[in-house]
Amino acid sequence: MAEEKKTRKKIQATDQMNRLMADYFYDLDAAAKSDNRKVAWCTSVGPAELLRALGFAVHFPENHAAMLGATRTSTDLIPEANAIGYSPDICSYLTADIGAYLKGFTPLAKAYPGIESVPRPDVLVYNTNQCRDVQDWFAWYSKELGVPALGITSPKNVNEVTEAHISDVAKQIEALVPTLEEIAGTKLDMERLKEVVSLSRDCTELWKKVLETATASPAPLSFFDGTIHMGPAVVLRGTAEAVDYYKLLLAELEQRIAEGVGAVDGESVRIYWEGMPVWGRLRQHSELFSGFHATVIASTYCSSWIFPAFDGNDPIRSMAKAYLELFIVRSDDYKGGYIKEMLEKFHIDGIIYHDAKTCPYNSNNRYGMPQRIEAETGIPSLVISGDLNDLRCISDEQTKTNIEAFIEQLEEGK
Amino acid sequence: MSLPLFVGLDLGASRTKVAVVDRAGVLIGHAVKKSGTDFPATAAYCLDASLEMAGATRNDIARAVSTGYGRGTVTFITDKNKSEIGCIAKGCHHYFPGAITIIDIGAQDNKIIKLNTVGGRSSFKMNRKCAAGTGSFLEEMSYRLDITLEEMNDLARQSENIIKLGSYCTVFSATEVLENIRHGKKITDIVKGIFYSVIKRVLEMDSLTEQVVMTGGVVAHNRYIVTMTEEMIARPVLLPEFPQLAGAIGAALYAMDQKETAEISESEDSETELI
Repeated sequence: MAEEKKTRKKIQATDQMNRLMADYFYDLDAAAKSDNRKVAWCTSVGPAELLRALGFAVHFPENHAAMLGATRTSTDLIPEANAIGYSPDICSYLTADIGAYLKGFTPLAKAYPGIESVPRPDVLVYNTNQCRDVQDWFAWYSKELGVPALGITSPKNVNEVTEAHISDVAKQIEALVPTLEEIAGTKLDMERLKEVVSLSRDCTELWKKVLETATASPAPLSFFDGTIHMGPAVVLRGTAEAVDYYKLLLAELEQRIAEGVGAVDGESVRIYWEGMPVWGRLRQHSELFSGFHATVIASTYCSSWIFPAFDGNDPIRSMAKAYLELFIVRSDDYKGGYIKEMLEKFHIDGIIYHDAKTCPYNSNNRYGMPQRIEAETGIPSLVISGDLNDLRCISDEQTKTNIEAFIEQLEEGK
Repeated sequence: MSLPLFVGLDLGASRTKVAVVDRAGVLIGHAVKKSGTDFPATAAYCLDASLEMAGATRNDIARAVSTGYGRGTVTFITDKNKSEIGCIAKGCHHYFPGAITIIDIGAQDNKIIKLNTVGGRSSFKMNRKCAAGTGSFLEEMSYRLDITLEEMNDLARQSENIIKLGSYCTVFSATEVLENIRHGKKITDIVKGIFYSVIKRVLEMDSLTEQVVMTGGVVAHNRYIVTMTEEMIARPVLLPEFPQLAGAIGAALYAMDQKETAEISESEDSETELI
């Protein structure tokens, strides 16, 4: 199959997103340097709403780690963490981020002149709904920086999220409040929390609509676009700026649909991506697929920032429910059902599972899922070996051969 | 020979293979050479050797298709290429029409490719980023044991008491081999254990659901691996006449296939903007 040279089509709203992200990082930097503002570090689906309501500027180390991956600096930093005892087999977000700290490096410094380091935290708040690694990650910083690490311990492999699960996590969220109030130097204003949770809900609904524009054929955005444009949904959840941004983006994508413009010209194959992106290969992978007129149009990963449970009228319980309903928290039965729904909704021809060497929690190919779903839906699947951040775990040629052969197979089957 | 001719070039990580077929799809020329560092030069050498064998010249070529890791490097003869998985499948279907499961063992990759009755691919699996079960593993063991690859086949055949290796890591396996040598174990038994390890790693990749066909350089030069595989899966295994050429022959057949060539030569691009 001849691969054509293709580039990604620019989404015009990107400029606005870049401004928004710059404002966010400069504000974080200003908060860290000020005497009267406090900074909290938070896991990506940790209790960010609570932290914002308490006035914290919120930094997300996972976002920073993804930047290390996307800038292809992580592979040089990971060994720094390996050398102090953090195995190359564990989360390469953790090892890249700690490695960056040890080397005094941050990609923020290059992207945003004037910023010299990640913002120094006053508190570290995690939720183990994603994995145990986030707790270990924050524990290291807690000891290194002498700041408290506290958080929520979530259940795993949940089939149905029950009231008992929600009550458990809601109580853990409530238990964080006194300590966080003390660090913030202010009392929690429940009206403000309701407002933040409502904004998170608005953001999530718009983000869902953005991703669902890809049900159109041709799809106006790809998974690779999604991994970039999810930035505000990750770091600005609970703010009006994020809500406004997704209104803008949605309007542009709806315009693309009206004009029949696809993310990829001549879209012939529609693919679902299960697992983490390979951050250091976003452009390469995007161009690889589009060169074969294939679009990766939907993913579990980008959809993981959709939280239908947020409810401003019941902020803490709805936060607990939202954090628990996350795909990664759920059982394989639930995950299988979810993926099958996505395959149908987005009219998918084939599914690619990214088996990320250092992220078992986001590698859903290891317990027979591809075989089960393929048997039930007849939709072919491919597993590629790689990693989110550690490029030592990647063979570009093997990936290319696999993807090329898979697209050939899907086209032959049409 | 019925003109015109069609050429397939398989530029593998270890070996370059070229196949020339006539308009009836009959193999009339072929060559294999170590790929080395200059892929186009090796491909050109193999191409001319194949044409000489066929009694033809480059002017007799109607179309060519390349495949393999170096497929993009032979623009002197073609800019059309297909994946090696597609080419191996096509080459095998040509000789064994019907539903088959292909086991291809190459220098860097192993593949299990499943074809339906009309040659359509229903699935394929490649090895993980690991040398276990590949030709590279055999090369490493050959070096460690200080015996040539060519000798391994006959040594394994003489074994009376196989010594199985426990690890699937090449480095760990090498350590196990050295340990067995230290304990005075027979080289024949160790080599058979190495072959056994290769086959086990491949069989772990996928189930074998249809008639099994084996291809690739490893079985081309170590036929005892086919015999051992038959014993291990308790089923007969088919082998094309030139197992190492399956991909090159498939590429030549793609070149012969007008419709396929027309499809893969579409290259209209439209204006896009860089982010």
